Amino acid sequence: MLTYTIRRLVLAIPTLLFISLVIFLLLELAPGDPMAQVPLTVPPDVKEKMRLALGLGEPTHIRFVKWMWQFFVVEPMNFIDWAFGTAFSEGQQRVLSWQFRSPVMDVIAQRMPQTLWVVAMSYVVGILIALPIGIYSAYRQYSVFDQTGTFVTMVGYSVPPFFSGVLVIVIFSVQLGWLPSIYDTTLKVVDWQSFKLQLMQMVMPVMVLALQTTAQISRFMRASMLDNLNQDYVRTARAKGLSEWTVVMVHVLRNSMIPVVTVIALGVPNIFGGAIITEQIFKVNGLGQLLITAIEANDLPMVQTVTFIIAVLIVFFNIVADVLYGVLDPRIRYD
Amino acid sequence: MTLKSLLLGATATIAIASTASAERGADGHVNLIYWQAPSIMNPYLSGGTKEVEAASLVIEPLGRYNAQGEMIPYLAEEIPTVSNGGVAEDLRSITWKIKPGIVWSDGTPFTANDVKFTAEYCMHPEGGCAQLAKFEGVESVEVIDDLTVRVNFSQPTPVPYGPFMGGQAPIIQAAQFANCLGAKAQECSDANFTPIGTGPFKVDEFRPNDVISLSANPRYRDPEKPHFATLTFKGGGDATAAGRAVLETGEFDYAWNLQLAPDVIANMAAAGKGVAMSAFGTLVERIEMNMTDPSPDLPEGERATAKHPHPILSDIRVRKALSMAIDRDLLVEIGYGQAGRPTCNLVPAPEVFASDNTDCLKQDVEGAKALLEEAGWTVGAGGIREKDGKKLSLTYQTSTNAVRQDFQALIKQWWSEIGVETELRNISASVFFGSDPGSPDTFPKFYSDVEMYANNFDGSDPQSYLAGYTCEKAPRPETQWQGENINRFCDPAYDELVKELGRTAELEKRGEIAKKLNDMLTKESYTIVPLVDRGRVSARSNTLGGVELNTWDTELWNAADWYRIKP
Repeated sequence: MLTYTIRRLVLAIPTLLFISLVIFLLLELAPGDPMAQVPLTVPPDVKEKMRLALGLGEPTHIRFVKWMWQFFVVEPMNFIDWAFGTAFSEGQQRVLSWQFRSPVMDVIAQRMPQTLWVVAMSYVVGILIALPIGIYSAYRQYSVFDQTGTFVTMVGYSVPPFFSGVLVIVIFSVQLGWLPSIYDTTLKVVDWQSFKLQLMQMVMPVMVLALQTTAQISRFMRASMLDNLNQDYVRTARAKGLSEWTVVMVHVLRNSMIPVVTVIALGVPNIFGGAIITEQIFKVNGLGQLLITAIEANDLPMVQTVTFIIAVLIVFFNIVADVLYGVLDPRIRYD
Repeated sequence: MTLKSLLLGATATIAIASTASAERGADGHVNLIYWQAPSIMNPYLSGGTKEVEAASLVIEPLGRYNAQGEMIPYLAEEIPTVSNGGVAEDLRSITWKIKPGIVWSDGTPFTANDVKFTAEYCMHPEGGCAQLAKFEGVESVEVIDDLTVRVNFSQPTPVPYGPFMGGQAPIIQAAQFANCLGAKAQECSDANFTPIGTGPFKVDEFRPNDVISLSANPRYRDPEKPHFATLTFKGGGDATAAGRAVLETGEFDYAWNLQLAPDVIANMAAAGKGVAMSAFGTLVERIEMNMTDPSPDLPEGERATAKHPHPILSDIRVRKALSMAIDRDLLVEIGYGQAGRPTCNLVPAPEVFASDNTDCLKQDVEGAKALLEEAGWTVGAGGIREKDGKKLSLTYQTSTNAVRQDFQALIKQWWSEIGVETELRNISASVFFGSDPGSPDTFPKFYSDVEMYANNFDGSDPQSYLAGYTCEKAPRPETQWQGENINRFCDPAYDELVKELGRTAELEKRGEIAKKLNDMLTKESYTIVPLVDRGRVSARSNTLGGVELNTWDTELWNAADWYRIKP
């Protein structure tokens, strides 16, 4: 297992290098101009000077190598400096955003709290709701609960967040006036009062996002439970006289969790950049909003870096999912 | 100079309403929402409206334009003119006198050196300064004494109000930006995010593309202002959500630039929590005619250049007919409501520069048909006009935007009524307004017969705007397809008149020339077919007082005077 993991990790390096090249070339070939948002009152020759100041005058390969150096060498050094108070990266040029003229990684770090609070929390909430629903739906297949659950998850699947998000805002912010429609990223949780405010502003985005997660995971859970409930070992367990609780929650659930856990692991990278629409609707301004505004502004270093980080996470969590599969199911061995 | 400025009655009533508390910060907290989030606090590095507006809370110019478009002194004692001796008789220099006693928010005195430094900062050849055009023609900036600074121009400049005037050219602190000159400008994140200013507020925290937290500048020159102690400047989302937050839920006090359908705004305003205000500037939505042939059959490098005049649009009768077929009132009603009015002018304001040209306002389909007949275009198969076997068929491009696509559909319909076939295209704004010389889809390259977009000019003088239409400003391969004269309009008489405008200082005379130039481009040649004079709609809550919507400078120009209306 260890050698397998190491082999996968080593293989990931060329994969990621190739991905970074592909992202760079795609962005390079895509039409668009970082000066497109500058008003037309700024004359073209001034825009040209601004472009040169951003480093756009250099040839493509030089810029790619520069980005690689900055991302793989300068940024890690900078992180070490920040963590241990050293000064390795002093005087080194970091990856700078074209919109902000500030280091890309600083802005990404700044966006982390709200991304984790809202998007990651919604993922956790979604899973916590989905698992019991999936288990019980499968156990009582075709019951009223199962039918209702199927209906709700279908709705969750098919209603896009740009509809459900606006709907809950109209109900809870405009009509009832209970919850804020705009997320305050500057709010610091220091006492019960601010915790309550944080909770109130999180409820709507978290629930809108959780609806989608719940829909997906509960379907997986249900299907996986159904596969196992009809297996011979379940009959054996019942024949041994074990209680229904032990049969379902210990024997069936543990085996059913194997595919579900991998699905959950594969979904983790989506937290970082998968909530673009919901973030826009509630003005959460997390990583998704950062990515979409960077795309609109043709801020190539930012887009390149964020997409690459997402690529790293996807590759990493694929490995995690594969390894988990082996850990959870002793029948699966890669070596 | 008096200007037409349409403010809602509501604003007027607010002015009479309760007077503000007379102590700095007494009105607590105010929330602003801009659906486009500012990415930097330094307008010299961005040029975007959102950045200019956000920065205007902190850094100030020597003088601003007020809501009527008149120049008023801010950091200067008065606006220098020829009559008060501030502008030299030969029009080659302007001398600004700074108000004594002004200090930066860090406590150091504001001096003429800061003004000189700002010019150096922006004029540095490697700085990539977005407002460089404001400093065009500046030869040097001299410090006469601590409170006097003189800007010398290399040529007589009748309008010397480019540098240090208006929200686009504020003064930055020399001490803070000393190490940020030239290429280093890009790396000064701290200074770019939290500039030290003389304005009513100072930045406490700047989160790019998200939110800015500001608090009252304790050293602001008026001890009673600003009325608000803290200010949150939230960015992001979309115009609908911003409008909702002010007009429907009341969470925010001010929402900027609500580009929404008129009925959407009316529905929101019905909730009674706030008011939508509108004001007009110089932004005109127009159709531009391509005077050169954009046919893909021509070799690259000759396509859409002056070598090949347009086979259809070179005839003024066709251009005029296309303009006559359009019902501008309906366009305004559908697209802009209170934020638009029909216009035939490229320069719709200020009054002294606006031509009395109104002949396009009435739709005349029959007249348009007659004009096309006269030009030799007869109705052929499928109702489409033909001439010498060539169909009267045009491609019409614009940026992707709901209102623009509505306009395209309507205009296509009207043009089909007069026998013109139209092929519509819409291109993502980031490509269309970009200027990648390799892309065939940018607006200056103009690989299309007609195109539609909006443009305006900064400040209240249209000289450089009109100067964009001289022959040499045409985009072409030799200029990397850069240039403001995207129609490739070329008339020596026009060029001559632009030169004359550059030599004329007297306002009346300038107005006459500008009107003539405007007419040459519009009603005399139909090179540019203006459609809608687009105003600005912003919303404020019922409890926010002192707001005066300004389209000549930034909307936050008088944020120091804003106050909370006590119920």
